[in-house]
Amino acid sequence: MIPITLTVNGERVSRHVEPRRHLIDFLRLDLGLTGSHAGCEHGVCGACTVRVDGEIVRGCLVPAASLDGAEVTTIEGLSDSGEVADLQAHFVARNAAQCGYCTPGMIMTAADILRHHPDATRAQIREHLSGNYCRCTGYHAIVDAVEATLAERAARRQEERR
Amino acid sequence: MKWPAIGYVRARSLDDLWEAQRTHGAAAQVLAGGQTLLATLAFRLSEPGVLVDITRIPELRGVALRDGVLRIGALTRHAELGRDPLIARHAPLIAAAVPYIAHPAIRNRGTIGGSLAYADPAAELPACAVALDATLHLLSARGERRVKAEGFFTGLLSTLLEPGEIIAAVELPPASPAQRSAILEVSRRSGDYAMAGIAAVLELDAAGQVASPRLTFFGVGDRPVLATRANAALAGRVLDAAAIAAAAEALEGDLDPPADLHGPPEMKRHLARVLLRRALAQFLPAREKAA
Repeated sequence: MIPITLTVNGERVSRHVEPRRHLIDFLRLDLGLTGSHAGCEHGVCGACTVRVDGEIVRGCLVPAASLDGAEVTTIEGLSDSGEVADLQAHFVARNAAQCGYCTPGMIMTAADILRHHPDATRAQIREHLSGNYCRCTGYHAIVDAVEATLAERAARRQEERR
Repeated sequence: MKWPAIGYVRARSLDDLWEAQRTHGAAAQVLAGGQTLLATLAFRLSEPGVLVDITRIPELRGVALRDGVLRIGALTRHAELGRDPLIARHAPLIAAAVPYIAHPAIRNRGTIGGSLAYADPAAELPACAVALDATLHLLSARGERRVKAEGFFTGLLSTLLEPGEIIAAVELPPASPAQRSAILEVSRRSGDYAMAGIAAVLELDAAGQVASPRLTFFGVGDRPVLATRANAALAGRVLDAAAIAAAAEALEGDLDPPADLHGPPEMKRHLARVLLRRALAQFLPAREKAA
């Protein structure tokens, strides 16, 4: 067992973990944070997307043991912070969640677009989300929700400049 | 499935790494970004005894230009390659390759050293290293050595790395003002490994004459393929439609692609020819592109 101390959604956490424990099982089974989903568990589907040290990663491809000192943000932390409340409202308005399995990963990746690419085109949104699978195939509603959020935020920035 | 039971050692220095290798011998497996290695654990394609996490070793980090050499630390992550100002200026081909590598979340973890050591023949960075005539700085408990990227890849997922040896850095000659470079690939879905790709590097003088062409293909063999005959067909010629046609024709002799899941060898040859034409057309002066 490997001792680790890290920050998860702003709270300091110390645990002993087995080296075979990936970040998503650590969050779900050891911490009870079940918002992050384990999908394919080999880095293809994106359902496990979380933030480590401010950047999105595949949680299933990160050993928990490697995260001593890291700062992890999950969908729970992101939701509570209010950072993506508008994006989540657009998901609801367009039924972009459908079965909901991919939704936490989609929101984490979409939040990355909102943060790093505020002027993203529809094509760039699709490209950035291309590593997140939705097996309901509800991609258009998801891309619509991200696009609408970007447009709304751009309009708000415009408003504030006036 | 879940990873197998495994050990884990956090190396904070090169000495920690050598110590872990002494203790665990052949069971020790270096872990960098882990974006390939950890997926292979899930598939039981590899079952190392102990992961030795090298991501906290300072000597393997950082990008620097010193004494006319651009040194990219092996732990530099793909996303960092894509936003580093020294790389954008002195090795623009590498910055251009980044958007083709997997997806944003994977680019935030995967490293250049890991990509080169894994040596997937359809990956972008090994081909870029060959096209840019990179030198790889290798370290082991026994000492260090430098090898050319061109000879480093010895076959499918195979390299010159010896047991216990790691890539410390990739060293590149900075791009000259005359250098032109481009990377293009064909894949079924964004982020997939390429069905065929080209990393093209050459120099163009004021008269449009080609020097030091290093067209390198990926996804068409068991390792990156430096297109020797196509390059010879270009060297010393003024780059124009006829020169491009000559290079495309000479390329036939450079490639011996295997059939794979994507299709037969002739399809790969076709894709490679198309990519060669597209890449070189990017280097033509504007008036010829219009023609």
